[in-house]
Amino acid sequence: MAKPQAIELSELERDALTELANIGVSRAATNLSEMMGRQVFLSVPAVAIVTNDHAAQILQMQEANSLVAVHQAFVGDFSGRVLLIFPETNSLALVRAVAGGDLPLEDIIELEQEALAETGNIILNGCLSAIANMLRRSLSVSLPEIVRGSGPDLFELPEADAEDVVLFLYINFSVNDHDIRGYIAMLMDLSSLESLRHLLRELIQRTIDEIPAVTHVA
Amino acid sequence: MSYKVLIVDDSKLARMSIAKLLAALQPEWVWVEATNADEAMARFAENGADIALLDFNMPGRDGLALASQLLSLKPDMPVAVISANTQHEILARTEQIGAAFLPKPLTQQCLSTFLASAKQRFQASV
Repeated sequence: MAKPQAIELSELERDALTELANIGVSRAATNLSEMMGRQVFLSVPAVAIVTNDHAAQILQMQEANSLVAVHQAFVGDFSGRVLLIFPETNSLALVRAVAGGDLPLEDIIELEQEALAETGNIILNGCLSAIANMLRRSLSVSLPEIVRGSGPDLFELPEADAEDVVLFLYINFSVNDHDIRGYIAMLMDLSSLESLRHLLRELIQRTIDEIPAVTHVA
Repeated sequence: MSYKVLIVDDSKLARMSIAKLLAALQPEWVWVEATNADEAMARFAENGADIALLDFNMPGRDGLALASQLLSLKPDMPVAVISANTQHEILARTEQIGAAFLPKPLTQQCLSTFLASAKQRFQASV
């Protein structure tokens, strides 16, 4: 059971957050598509404020199999983690798609770790920089790290409590012509949520206030 | 001359932002809002529209499917698909169906250029 929400986002704040996520992952999908030369399909983002535990359960309910994820932490006015997650069985296909189809299997296996990290780095950075730019803040992003396991393994944090409330945001993606699909997930802790809400309010205010200078086009 | 713009986006903030830019650029124009493709078709059936500004990634049918449907009913209508998703396939399909593509977040400059070309099309057809 999730404990009572410590933070309630208003309808418009949640809307702004979902829209930011949408823009972020759309940018990420464009990057992924360019790397693979294939079209990438995205779902509409889902945003939930849940416990760490519950976030892991949400993922596990959709994916019972073993997963592999590229994990990056980000620090700034708000901090958290982003993950590019897919079923472990997709991992080599993803590397093959990015690296080109002609490589022999042993090279693909050798490349796997590095190619996953680099792919994740580009995709997740694309997503985070779009969000940071819209909020007019900068975020520093850690080096990518590969994590393997089930939902709870991916979301486990040494210092986090399973009952800690996090903001959990996730999107499904799939790649045309390849049997590749996965998720982009973002987790933010409670203290970050307060700062994030502040930035969301600023963004909303800018949208409401900033009547652009009227420059009519004849 | 006042025109009616159909603004479709599942995000309220995005609709606010588009409406704001539109009001600043063309204060006399009116707009109707819809949150998804089905609602947009209902608004269009009730009141019609001269121009459509459509988000791409929405629950239900996406902005490209909606653009195709609108253009099949009104082939001369200036229609723009708005997205941060600038994949080649999406740009190509947008062009193929005869719609414009505007990157998100939408800037005043970008919307202004699209509206100016829409106005030219209206004036040329008078």
